[in-house]
Amino acid sequence: MTVMSTDFEVASPTKPWKLSSKQVATNAAIFFGSLLAAPLLVLVTPFAGKLGFALMFFILNTSANMLVSINRFGIKSISNSVASSLIYTATALVLLPLGSILFTVISKGFAAVRINTFTSDMSITQPDAPFNEGGALHSIIGTLELVLIAGLISVPIGILTALYLTEIKGKFSPLVRILVQAMSGVPSIVAGLFIYAVIIVGLGGQYSGFAGALALSILMLPTVARTAEEVLKLVPNDLREAGIALGGTQWRTVARIVLPTSRSGLMTAVILGVARVAGETAPLLLTILGSTAVNLNPVKAPMSALPLYVFDLMRTGLDIAISRAWSGALVLLMVVLVLFMVARILSGNRK
Amino acid sequence: MIESPEKRELSTTPRFSDKVFRKVVTAGAFTSLIVLGLIAIFLANNSFGVFADFGFKFITNFEWNPGDPENGVPAQIGIGAMLIGTLVISAIGLILALPIAVGTALFLTYYAPEWIRKPLTILVDLMAAIPSVIYGLWGFFILMPHAVYWAKLLNKYLDWIPLFDVPAKIFERSPFIAGIVIGIMIIPIITAITREVFSQVPLDRIQAAYALGATKWTMIRSVVLPYGSSGIASGAMLGLGRAMGETVAVYLVLNIYFIPNFQVLFSSGGNVASLIVSKFGEAGDYELQGLMAAGLVLFGITLIVNFLATYIVKRTSRTGGQ
Repeated sequence: MTVMSTDFEVASPTKPWKLSSKQVATNAAIFFGSLLAAPLLVLVTPFAGKLGFALMFFILNTSANMLVSINRFGIKSISNSVASSLIYTATALVLLPLGSILFTVISKGFAAVRINTFTSDMSITQPDAPFNEGGALHSIIGTLELVLIAGLISVPIGILTALYLTEIKGKFSPLVRILVQAMSGVPSIVAGLFIYAVIIVGLGGQYSGFAGALALSILMLPTVARTAEEVLKLVPNDLREAGIALGGTQWRTVARIVLPTSRSGLMTAVILGVARVAGETAPLLLTILGSTAVNLNPVKAPMSALPLYVFDLMRTGLDIAISRAWSGALVLLMVVLVLFMVARILSGNRK
Repeated sequence: MIESPEKRELSTTPRFSDKVFRKVVTAGAFTSLIVLGLIAIFLANNSFGVFADFGFKFITNFEWNPGDPENGVPAQIGIGAMLIGTLVISAIGLILALPIAVGTALFLTYYAPEWIRKPLTILVDLMAAIPSVIYGLWGFFILMPHAVYWAKLLNKYLDWIPLFDVPAKIFERSPFIAGIVIGIMIIPIITAITREVFSQVPLDRIQAAYALGATKWTMIRSVVLPYGSSGIASGAMLGLGRAMGETVAVYLVLNIYFIPNFQVLFSSGGNVASLIVSKFGEAGDYELQGLMAAGLVLFGITLIVNFLATYIVKRTSRTGGQ
């Protein structure tokens, strides 16, 4: 469409759903007004406690908003203001537990973290010994070993799966996609049970880091495959065609053009996979069993991992051991958070 | 005369390297099929004895007693109670999580100001990355005192509903609390999928609804929710699959008892996954077979739920769009 003459003004599109600054001010006034009035209502009514406050605040806020919108738009707008109240409440209900989890893990964890948390293990320390004895070194090393081996197994297979879906696009692509999706739904305990059945019952092996890593790689594979597929899809087809036109075989095109182009995206896939399995506990209970000493040999003897450290200490039921568990939870959370943030930053650079 | 260059080889048959490449990639792609198949085969193989002895009764039997064959006490192994527990806990989790997750997804797509949208989305995604053992720890020590108070209130005013009645006033470590923890854990999963679908609602339909005088809510009700309904359903299915397979958080929070318990506020319950963890340590050979069988049943159920979720998504992509 071309505009022939320019002596009329094109109306800029309006956004009728956008709030005006006056509306924002009204909403804020209602919000803070209800926040102040709710404690008073809690005092005079039989409602009590935080729950009573939340309820009163919700009722006040919703009804005030309702009155304002009836005044502005008439009686039919009631449903609109109730709905927006509910939607804001839903968001608050998501942020509340998240904030609480982050806050408690950080505050309770910091109270029990010492230097030796990172430098010594629990082999000669009782779970309820003071915090400046013993530590989580064996679990940190265990988690690193597990994640490394699980990555070595599942990353190549995950990327091969993604290559099949994006490069070969064979007739089994829909089936493979469904299977990867199904595999991502396998409960972690079932993965652990399966590896237990194969390695320990079937082959007569022993509890070991390798068995644990196998179980984790089952859980890691679908995450890597799906993220890698998304990433490889973003590689422009022009690049592939250019590679083929220069006389490259498909293998050379993929190895020299497609994969290097999406390097940071593939890193994201790996990191998301690691973050997915670093916190898994259930499969490890059945495959690496747990230990109190550093075990550097992944194919022999039980070992520990951070989630298992938290789990075992919590089950002792002793106060100091539970504080130790929080410190382990803090280290674990930090590991996952850092991985998550790195993945975010890497994938942000790509776009 | 110009000397003609050497004739170049042009062929459509793939080179040797490509043949190898395609074979390797295809083999890699079928790993998931092989792994899924092996899981089913190995679990079935190791639980054959139990299925041969109990057959379908393994699912309906409410008793879990490995027995004492030397003294003539026969084994009674069935996961009926734990299956009921699995359903009760995941139902509580889903009922709590679904409206909250859909509300949050609506907030993120249509209510949130631009500057808050991205950080909030990252926070919700982050919630999915928190390990389940941390949810269990938090659920037990931080959530439990609050949840017990809520449970007491529910019991005080609504105990005429059988669901909220209790045989004794013990509210700690109940399926209700485990359900809340599970609900919090699956909120980010459902939110992520519904948000994805909501953000694909065609803008012209939204503008059409506003042009006809719709308020924001009537627009959502008549355009967004119908368009996103199968996305919501498949998100709910995926959340349900996750909820049914959750082990550690449930095990840490719940007071595990082998009795079918519908009184959700009472301190007794369990699910199939936590049964496996709790019995694994001291299980003998026969009981271990029972646990493998339980794992197989759990595997089957989650597979079905996941296939349903995929099927619903596929239906969306067919009927959705313009």
